[in-house]
Amino acid sequence: MAQNTRTVPVGTPTDVTQNHTQGGVGASTLRPDGTLKVTGEFAYSSDMWHEDMLWGQVLRSTVAHAEIVSIDTSEALTTDGVYAVLTHEDLPAAKNYGLEFRDTPVLAYGKVRHHGEPVALVAADHPETARRAAAKIKVEYRELPVITDEASATAPDAILVHENRDDHHAAHVPHPNIVHRQPIIRGDADEAAKRADVIVRGEYTFGMQDQAFLGPESGLAVPAEDGGVDLYVATQWLHADREQIAPCLGLPQDKVRMTMAGIGGAFGGREDISMQILASLLALRTGKPVKMVYNRYESFFGHVHRHPAKLYYEHGATKDGKITHMKCKIVLDGGAYASSTVSVVGNASSLSVGPYVIDDVEIEAIGLYTNNPPCGAMRGFGAVQACFAYEAQMDKLAAKLGMDPVEFRQLNAMEQGTIMPTGQVVDSPAPVAELLRRVKARPMPPERQWETAGESADVRALPGGLSNTSHGEGVVRGVGYAVGIKNVGFSEGFDDYSTAKIRLEVINGEAVATVHTAAAEVGQGGVTIHAQIARTELGVQQVTIHPADTQVGSAGSTSAGRQTYMTGGAIKNSCELVRERVLEIGRRKFGSHHPAWANAELLLEGGKVVTDGGEALATIADVLEDQAVEVEEEWRHRPTQAFDRVTGQGDGHVQYAFAAHRAVVEVDTELGLVKVIELACAQDVGKAVNPLSVIGQIQGGTTQGLGVAVMEEIIVDPKTAKVRNPSFTDYLIPTILDTPTIPVDYLELADPHAPYGVRGIGEAPTLSSTPAVLAAIRAATGLELNKTPVRPEALTGTL
Amino acid sequence: MDFLRPASWEEALAAKAEHPTAVPISGGTDVMVEINFDHRRPEYLLDLNRIELLREWEVGEENVRLGASVPYTQIMENLRAELPGLALASHTVASPQIRNRGGVGGNLGTASPAGDAHPALLAAGAEVEVESVRGSRFIPIDEFYTGVKRNALQPDELIKTVHIKKADGPQQYSKVGTRNAMVIAVCAFGLALHPETRTVRTGIGSAAPTPIRAKEAEAFLNAALEEGGFWDNGKIITPAIAKQFADLCSAAANPIDDVRGTAKYRRHAVGIMARRQLGWTWEQYRGTGRTLEGAA
Repeated sequence: MAQNTRTVPVGTPTDVTQNHTQGGVGASTLRPDGTLKVTGEFAYSSDMWHEDMLWGQVLRSTVAHAEIVSIDTSEALTTDGVYAVLTHEDLPAAKNYGLEFRDTPVLAYGKVRHHGEPVALVAADHPETARRAAAKIKVEYRELPVITDEASATAPDAILVHENRDDHHAAHVPHPNIVHRQPIIRGDADEAAKRADVIVRGEYTFGMQDQAFLGPESGLAVPAEDGGVDLYVATQWLHADREQIAPCLGLPQDKVRMTMAGIGGAFGGREDISMQILASLLALRTGKPVKMVYNRYESFFGHVHRHPAKLYYEHGATKDGKITHMKCKIVLDGGAYASSTVSVVGNASSLSVGPYVIDDVEIEAIGLYTNNPPCGAMRGFGAVQACFAYEAQMDKLAAKLGMDPVEFRQLNAMEQGTIMPTGQVVDSPAPVAELLRRVKARPMPPERQWETAGESADVRALPGGLSNTSHGEGVVRGVGYAVGIKNVGFSEGFDDYSTAKIRLEVINGEAVATVHTAAAEVGQGGVTIHAQIARTELGVQQVTIHPADTQVGSAGSTSAGRQTYMTGGAIKNSCELVRERVLEIGRRKFGSHHPAWANAELLLEGGKVVTDGGEALATIADVLEDQAVEVEEEWRHRPTQAFDRVTGQGDGHVQYAFAAHRAVVEVDTELGLVKVIELACAQDVGKAVNPLSVIGQIQGGTTQGLGVAVMEEIIVDPKTAKVRNPSFTDYLIPTILDTPTIPVDYLELADPHAPYGVRGIGEAPTLSSTPAVLAAIRAATGLELNKTPVRPEALTGTL
Repeated sequence: MDFLRPASWEEALAAKAEHPTAVPISGGTDVMVEINFDHRRPEYLLDLNRIELLREWEVGEENVRLGASVPYTQIMENLRAELPGLALASHTVASPQIRNRGGVGGNLGTASPAGDAHPALLAAGAEVEVESVRGSRFIPIDEFYTGVKRNALQPDELIKTVHIKKADGPQQYSKVGTRNAMVIAVCAFGLALHPETRTVRTGIGSAAPTPIRAKEAEAFLNAALEEGGFWDNGKIITPAIAKQFADLCSAAANPIDDVRGTAKYRRHAVGIMARRQLGWTWEQYRGTGRTLEGAA
């Protein structure tokens, strides 16, 4: 049903370690699930099956904002094969859930606040029966005007998306339709502006991006004899789910037992609850296992998206290229429910300056409540939108000063020791200028690559690709650069920890370690690096990765680039405690045999206890015999502080990550079609625990950034707040023909505060990819292009 | 939903006569999407996959007789010389998996203005052979499309064969989409030169309620080519003629604004494609055109 326990293979051709124990930290061990996924045999959460199970189906609102006048379920209830039809009236306990505020109804009551909100729920013996029964539920709506942007949200007579807010931000926001506001004031921007020889201003728009993960929301809820529920789902954070699920079921947390099911990508979109509570309610109501699988259409309504944003920026600089000041206002649309909008606002605000030294700033970021689709976590989390805008500003400043855009950035680049606008000192390497130097120094991809030998051309190398729209006509090349800064880990004083349970025992004469965490494997590579760390720390070859579940303490979320740092850190820490216990046992047993046992510097390597000089004292098998050592321990990164609500000051972030891109694009300037030829990336990764995974993450993040540069956007009708393109027919993501060569150059400058010096890597490449592509398109066309994604209409004046 | 599986063409015609609401399904690349999204829930599905003759093609003297279910991959691989425009169009259809299943019969049956094959069929010139228990008839492609997702078929008729004129000159096809592969048309354009009759034909997709020809543009170009003796002297077509042709193609379009693109862009793009294709086909006619790898 759930993933099987599996043993991780070791000793791949790409291994680079020379340790006695192979496949440790620094080796490119292969993913144990890689072959299964490529061959279609991996069991995803949608593949689960249980004897006698029912299928759950949601009925969703057809309008964005309306009072619910009535819900008539009678016809659905009398349909053959239907076991239950639930509305908000059937909710047994808490009616709301939510990541930061509990503002999201399990099933809508009173009113619906966005298109596609769950209103009712059906369980039937066949998915088609469930679908048809759901269609028979009659919901009468009294439509309300829709709130869709800052102006409509903050108008004096605006309808409140949520009346009677009682969350912890309600008191300090300027309007009840503003979820959170985070200003940052440092220095005196007005005074500094007087020193500026040039000033540039810009107004930027960032479209709503979808995570577009491959595996739609799905899972299986099985009612248990003790009145609880066993839940198998694909999620990013089991324990945070459980904290939200249990109150809605009226159960204590220990009666909600969760096991991770096979995850088909996440990118932030599984941080919020989707079908977890719904399937559990149906299972508890019917006493039968209930499976739910959203189809692709429903998936677009079943998870939060990236916040669309409006960003207003002003920068000044002196003639010699030093930035004098920055003022900005960032408006993020959180949609109908808060999700993680508060943290996204904090990120956008605190990272709005970018990786630059600017002493005098005036920053304001707000997150709105509207009737648009709810927005929350997505790879890059608030920093993406800001980077798109400040990098456009950097190019404008450089152009106005007549400077090279890379040299201008390098001149203002932050470095270790720089003070952030929040007052936080950057206390580990920040090689911003070096990353830019590296991408710039790369040789350029050859011109006119569509021209092949012998007078023939390959349309696949041209804008339009297989659609055969150009044989070179109208095609102009452009080159653009960008660099970004992203925080790693949970910020602003959050108690961020992970837990690792490590067991070391002897099986068939060989020492074997078991790593048990609740960490979600969403594709980031935890399945390889958890075993690698155990091998390095415990000197064993065989490591078993236990399925992630709630039988072990929380691992925190697989997001914010934090899992290698946090769960990796927790595994390292627990392994160290296991090692101490093994050495204790060894000293008791064999201490009198050899004086070196008294040595404090004993290691576990190659299945043996060895001295730091490499002398073997005993095998682990001889030390442990039939005794197992097991440690479960929480591990924390250093604490952070909340940002001051007025000045934004505070050591809010754990760690910073940096990446730079150079984009080379070819634009068909007549048809407005774009082909990205190359997207070179340079990134500091601190320590590449698994180099192959590192490159995969950087290439994936780069591609996701490319997507929102040239095609990806959820289009919401501004008059009705309804989603117009909830399908992969019209929500386009890059194909392999849209994906350029992505050369990756990674630095390993250790962060002294992090385990092995690691730096979160998954998010930073998503930041700078988008503005680099935009800069390249601007260079090719001479157009200003203040909105992403860039549509052909914007390039051809046919909007 | 009943699933009908006739073993022969005759059985299929009988089934369609008995159940005129039955939706024929072959590759299923369109019908199954409609069903999965619950956009339609037909009473009967009429599976044509057991009918061999629908997957056959034959190259005749003047025409290619293309079975309704011949998949696009086969057209790309086997009929590139005879049907260059349709082969190019086939290559723009979705993904390799879809091209292995879908065929021209499905495009015609659905009759969506965005169907990739239509502009190529209009430009090449074709007749659609349809049949029912009452007999068979040939519908000229110009009369086949009757409205948005409507065609000239009677409820008891099935599409059997598409008779497409073998190319007697260069043909081109382009499609605009906001992705470099696997994209539904924002708009599409096809052009065929017919040196034997000294005429040109066009096809426009996704820029009007039905696939259409740009007849005024064709008439203008036919006259201009005749007048300037271009067919004989093989001179380069003047930019003024190309521009006028492109403008008339744009003017023929009657597009709408939708989530995939603006009407203004579609009109603009049709003109650009028309101008470029005139250049490409004319260069090929003059014998200097470049071949394109990966295009078909």
